[in-house]
Amino acid sequence: MTTPPRIGVLALQGDVREHESALSAVGADVVRVRSTEQLALVDGLVIPGGESTTMSKLALSTGLLEPLREARRSGMPMYGSCAGMIMLADRVTDARPDQETIGGLDITVRRNAFGRQVDSFETDIGIAGVGPDPVHAVFIRAPWVESAGPEVEVLGTIESGDDAGTIVAVRQGQLLATSFHPELTGDHRIHRMFVEIVRRSR
Amino acid sequence: MSNVPAVVGTERVKRGMAEMLKGGVIMDVVNVEQAKIAEDAGAVAVMALERVPADIRAEGGVSRMSDPDMIDAIVAAVSIPVMAKARIGHFAEAQILQSLGVDYVDESEVLSPADYANHIDKWQFTVPFVCGATNLGEALRRLTEGAAMIRSKGEAGTGDVSNAVTHMRKILGQIRALTSMSKDELYVAAKELQAPYDLVKEVADAGRLPVVLFTAGGIATPADAALMMQLGADGVFVGSGIFKSGDPAKRADAIVQATMHFDSPDVVAKVSRGLGEAMVGINVADIPVHHRLEDRGW
Repeated sequence: MTTPPRIGVLALQGDVREHESALSAVGADVVRVRSTEQLALVDGLVIPGGESTTMSKLALSTGLLEPLREARRSGMPMYGSCAGMIMLADRVTDARPDQETIGGLDITVRRNAFGRQVDSFETDIGIAGVGPDPVHAVFIRAPWVESAGPEVEVLGTIESGDDAGTIVAVRQGQLLATSFHPELTGDHRIHRMFVEIVRRSR
Repeated sequence: MSNVPAVVGTERVKRGMAEMLKGGVIMDVVNVEQAKIAEDAGAVAVMALERVPADIRAEGGVSRMSDPDMIDAIVAAVSIPVMAKARIGHFAEAQILQSLGVDYVDESEVLSPADYANHIDKWQFTVPFVCGATNLGEALRRLTEGAAMIRSKGEAGTGDVSNAVTHMRKILGQIRALTSMSKDELYVAAKELQAPYDLVKEVADAGRLPVVLFTAGGIATPADAALMMQLGADGVFVGSGIFKSGDPAKRADAIVQATMHFDSPDVVAKVSRGLGEAMVGINVADIPVHHRLEDRGW
């Protein structure tokens, strides 16, 4: 019997509660992270959906940005959905020039790439590593991955329509990111995948 | 390979959009310059309108949706979501706002109502709506009409937080009461709330609204924001409180920090220093009842 991994949800702003529920449902011990002290207590970190401009600013003003970068460099597994994907990207386009990220994922993301809120949508997507059934993906003012470096594993792409082929789920080592919000659907397979990454990293 | 087409305008993407704003501050702005100050301060969204509520209150007259040129300019100027207000029942204004590409429409009592009997049928729209409420019944009626986010109304343009407190306590108190009722009592509760039984049952089972609940109307200081968050708000709308104060940029930043650190008095104390003059307040009790905005909407 092993103790469940302790996973933090970065609680600067955004849909923290939904990630907490999803992580609890797959057996993680979940805590909110808003300080360096709290960050030091977790085995892995989820960066929720929210407004990436705001999250980036708050990470900087609370002094959390550097400790987050340091934790990531020292191998802490992190998963970001939507704004969280932007926070984990090395390069962001269509953002304010001063937007800071934690980085680590060798990808270029485009903010609000699918359009404004009236263009937000739901669709089914096959995701590598979670089984044959498609994941029902909810995209809200979502970013996409414009380009990915050689170390990045593409887990999922938009499958039909004008944006077919667009990369929306990636993994690079301990880092996982999705353009969409699995925390809103009750399908916890992506959170389970992340908890497994954390478990193996301990 | 799945062949499920992409679907826009679903209940989930509308409600989900509001979930992403939680823990944040949405600021009223009347021009591009203010929108940029709000974005710099860390606002999660801006609300574009013609006049802030304090000016609407001072100047009187009919208050309407903003000029599309102004909304376009604000949409172009900031990277955060842009909301805009339509008059209660004025679905044509809402259609225009949707066609302009705003991210959320506020069917708002702050503007002059266009229809004294009906609210907008919000299910007809792809753009999501936020609506005000003073109690749970009103909130549930707005959800029945298709609202995807609720804000407690408070009394806009006053800088007096008392009505925001009253409405938030009322809504959350009524939810708590539902959670302790037996099934047969819920039928009566639905009748008394003037809301559909299924929705009442859903709230009773979950112990909360099925959508995000922000607060609005009279929040003027970091302490006001911290108070409302501790009472259970998911986030904060600030109208006149920022741009009617002495140092808008600093106050905007302070209210953002206080909303995030609402349960850390040390942080709220720190950001409350040196903010200059707060907006000049009006006590709600001094406003004649027929001039109160909270009674608009039904």
